[in-house]
Amino acid sequence: MAPTQKLINDGNRAVDEMLVGVLAAHPNHLTLAAPRAIVAKHGPRPGKVALVIGGGSGHEPTFLGFVGKGLADAVAVGNVFASPPPQPAVDAALATHGGAGVLFMYGNYAGDVMNFDMASEMLEMEGIEARTVLTTDDIASSSDRLKRRGVAGNVFIFKCAGAAADLMLPLAEVERIARNANARTYTMGVALSACSLPQTRRLNFDLPAGEMEIGMGIHGEPGIRRGPLKSANDVADEIMDAILMEMAAPAGSKVAVLMNSLGSTPLMELYILYARVAERLGQAGLTVHSALVGPYCTSMEMAGASITLMHLDDELTKMLDHPCDCAMFRVG
Amino acid sequence: MDFTTETCTQLFQALAIRMAAERDALCALDGLIGDADHGIAMEQGMQAAAAAVATLPTLQDQFNAAAKAFLNAVGASSGPLYATALMRAAKTAGPRAAMPRAETPGLIIAMAEGIAHRGKAEPGQKTMIDAWYPAAEAAKSGASWPDIVAAAQAGADGTAQMQATLGRAARLGARSLGHKDPGAVSACVIIEECAKILG
Repeated sequence: MAPTQKLINDGNRAVDEMLVGVLAAHPNHLTLAAPRAIVAKHGPRPGKVALVIGGGSGHEPTFLGFVGKGLADAVAVGNVFASPPPQPAVDAALATHGGAGVLFMYGNYAGDVMNFDMASEMLEMEGIEARTVLTTDDIASSSDRLKRRGVAGNVFIFKCAGAAADLMLPLAEVERIARNANARTYTMGVALSACSLPQTRRLNFDLPAGEMEIGMGIHGEPGIRRGPLKSANDVADEIMDAILMEMAAPAGSKVAVLMNSLGSTPLMELYILYARVAERLGQAGLTVHSALVGPYCTSMEMAGASITLMHLDDELTKMLDHPCDCAMFRVG
Repeated sequence: MDFTTETCTQLFQALAIRMAAERDALCALDGLIGDADHGIAMEQGMQAAAAAVATLPTLQDQFNAAAKAFLNAVGASSGPLYATALMRAAKTAGPRAAMPRAETPGLIIAMAEGIAHRGKAEPGQKTMIDAWYPAAEAAKSGASWPDIVAAAQAGADGTAQMQATLGRAARLGARSLGHKDPGAVSACVIIEECAKILG
């Protein structure tokens, strides 16, 4: 098979060359603290809990796009689809902590857990308290919430934790709000075509024409099942059925919605899907407090989309509405 | 002839070359049940390790340097697992410039223990431990290097019949059946290269 077409220079340098571009494009928001450790120019300050997020590259704007005042203080950047090693996470924490402790937040993957746990141990030796909240919003990945992957719901979950930290709440409170945000966030997606790693430029799974993968992860991990490609309304219905059943929100509840592209699915298709999502929410008696539509958590050039609902309470609504100013995301 | 710091440098060079050759096959295998990057991680990690071990005075220094270089180049899950394995190997090798070849199977035992400790894995969960554990058991029983390799290969082959219960593929349930675990396959590659140079 011919190599996939990408605008790159050297597959092995893709992540580092991207970071050069990100720093050049957003000098008012971001600066480099150490290799693969990017910190917010405004935001970190004495007495504030440092929110350090991180994960593999290839999901942009997740994770580095959510670093900025009011959201994450720093990010540890991994290779494509690979957890960062402990050192950048430690460097990110040391560069941003304000004496009130560090909260690490990342998606629940075995590699990330091992590397960030090592980072926490290293910080402990420096006398800095670090706690961890894993995101587990992908309802297709397991029936057991604790075993689920973290996917696009990260955007809402990090946003709420970042607001809590920006409001100068203590570490235990920021952690509690982050856990509550995660527990009330539900995501499911479908993939229509594969992505390819810059190092190999080969499609990382084989999806025959006319088929889709339901519940696929954001690294191309196989999902719940494969089936024929269906209409936007049928896909939205299948995902909404699964999320609404699990969320079990009483009529009159408020939700935040993220209609996310996995990479190459265009806004036209996202809005066609969103029309059905809004209709279903109305039928269920749920009120949309805010909606995001676009590529927020991608899998490079994968085609497909995911739907995230966050079941809001008063506190999470306040956190979601709190202003933030990041290189690739703004509220207020 | 003893296993010396010079042989150790050769070992990591051989591992880097072999992982580069296996990269795409490992990525393809990983694409079936995971995220298709395992070959890249192993290639990058071993390249970094090979660059880090040259000119260090003791085997312990070399394995520790390899551990740190592997971890920082890779992250992922293989980073912490092989870093811990190599640090255990460093402890076993000790601060000496050479060790008798008869003792080298002890490095396999140490690495397997490090991986099991860091990954909290047990045999039968469809992970790299399914190659490392039988290899370590063979080494403990005094088996020859070819028999250690055979034990690792039988273990890796056996992962095709296993349903993953740990790591990324665990989310697939029965869909992980029929495919070998890429981590077990790359473990075999490492043990094979060790056998060629240490045996």
